[in-house]
Amino acid sequence: MSAFFDFAVIGGGLVGAALARGMAREGLSVCVLDEGDVAYRASRGNFALVWLQSKGINMPAYANWTRRSVELWPAYAAGLLNETGIDVSLQQDGGFHLALSDIEMERLIAVAEGVNGQPGVKPYPYSVLDGDEVRRRLPGAGPAIVGGTYSPLDGHVNALRLYRAMHKALIAAGVDYRPGSRVARISHAGGFSLSIDGGGEVRAKRIVLTAGLDNARLAPMVGLSAPVRPQRGNIIVTEKAAPFLKMPVQTVRQTDEGSVMIGDSQEEAGLSEDINSGIMGVMADRAIRMFPAIADLNIVRMWACLRVLSPDGFPIYDQSKTHPGAFLATCHSGVTLAAVHAAVLAPHIARGTLPEEAQAFHAGRLHVPKAA
Amino acid sequence: MFRRLPETYQGWVSLTIDGGVCVGREGDSVAALLLEAGYAACRNSAVSGEPRGPYCMMGVCFECLVEIDGIANRQACLVPIAEGMKVETGAGRRKVTP
Repeated sequence: MSAFFDFAVIGGGLVGAALARGMAREGLSVCVLDEGDVAYRASRGNFALVWLQSKGINMPAYANWTRRSVELWPAYAAGLLNETGIDVSLQQDGGFHLALSDIEMERLIAVAEGVNGQPGVKPYPYSVLDGDEVRRRLPGAGPAIVGGTYSPLDGHVNALRLYRAMHKALIAAGVDYRPGSRVARISHAGGFSLSIDGGGEVRAKRIVLTAGLDNARLAPMVGLSAPVRPQRGNIIVTEKAAPFLKMPVQTVRQTDEGSVMIGDSQEEAGLSEDINSGIMGVMADRAIRMFPAIADLNIVRMWACLRVLSPDGFPIYDQSKTHPGAFLATCHSGVTLAAVHAAVLAPHIARGTLPEEAQAFHAGRLHVPKAA
Repeated sequence: MFRRLPETYQGWVSLTIDGGVCVGREGDSVAALLLEAGYAACRNSAVSGEPRGPYCMMGVCFECLVEIDGIANRQACLVPIAEGMKVETGAGRRKVTP
């Protein structure tokens, strides 16, 4: 069997699934080679925010790219519903960052002003709130909250349903999805030849690397560079409760089905997916100080998962100079950026280019010597 | 619907389910006793509201949630019965009162 695809997408997480579906809709034959659920699967461990505020300090292009995706999300969710019948429960009624001390509050304000004060950034709307105003807007918010920032553009989705919808949409779009297919080697001669672990070969005219952490291994095979590293995040999930939290907070949200999720720790722990009970304790304590009533809820699940982080924290979109037709797309905000990946990045890559707005994200930006 | 294997006999343990006295065997889980007592369902789904009952019996499916000794939504299949325990069925979504 030696099908010759227009595109092979290596990695079936949120990034690969969004791109593959988008490219198939451009009329290309697309194959997705996915390691499977044994992979370090950031797409299964994320916190499910569709988030803009605070993002893009030192990289105006990232603030704008994120803004574009957040604005494309309603149409993206509607498209998924139409194609798959799955409602991903997108809610974009706004979101909060909350501060539990004056220092945290100063930091929130500095970040908001820092992002929006950069030349070339279209400032996002936000308000700075004192503790009483937070408590007025968020019933259940506790007395320990000093203040917060609110942006009407933030929101969240049901991440598990999103991932399922994206995969159902892949199949509906005619993509050849192959789980259990870890790519061992890539060679390039009259197209790309991908040898699969355990035997087998897939051939394609062009390829996109969307393999998350494994991009670091794969990219040099086609003259690209993906210096990504794992950063561990812990998440706590409670039993389902009647809705009380109307809008998501960056570290605490209530899902459409009622679970409260507590998240957003950041640890450098290599490839370990072990949970860290010390950090979990701090996360739970902070969440309870924000919303005292959740102290009575049972915790039903905790997990740790690995973010895919570049040295400056921003995405890498690139195409190979030495291996024409090889592309790379990797980021850590696969949920937020899914809409722009599907609607903007995919059609461009399908035509063999990167969009103007994504030019700044090439890996070359990372190859500068550190200042002495 | 369920019958005990004769060799599983152990000591007796009495507790209440929804206020009624119920006698099980030492080592039973709350879920096993619920099934023996004829409860096909013990709660209502927090999402759809439909009745649900013990299913996997090994801590995975979260269908057998009941209130045990005042703590809501415990997994009945993971809790061994104990003398004087109070089990309440029929809960729906957990309420959070701000």
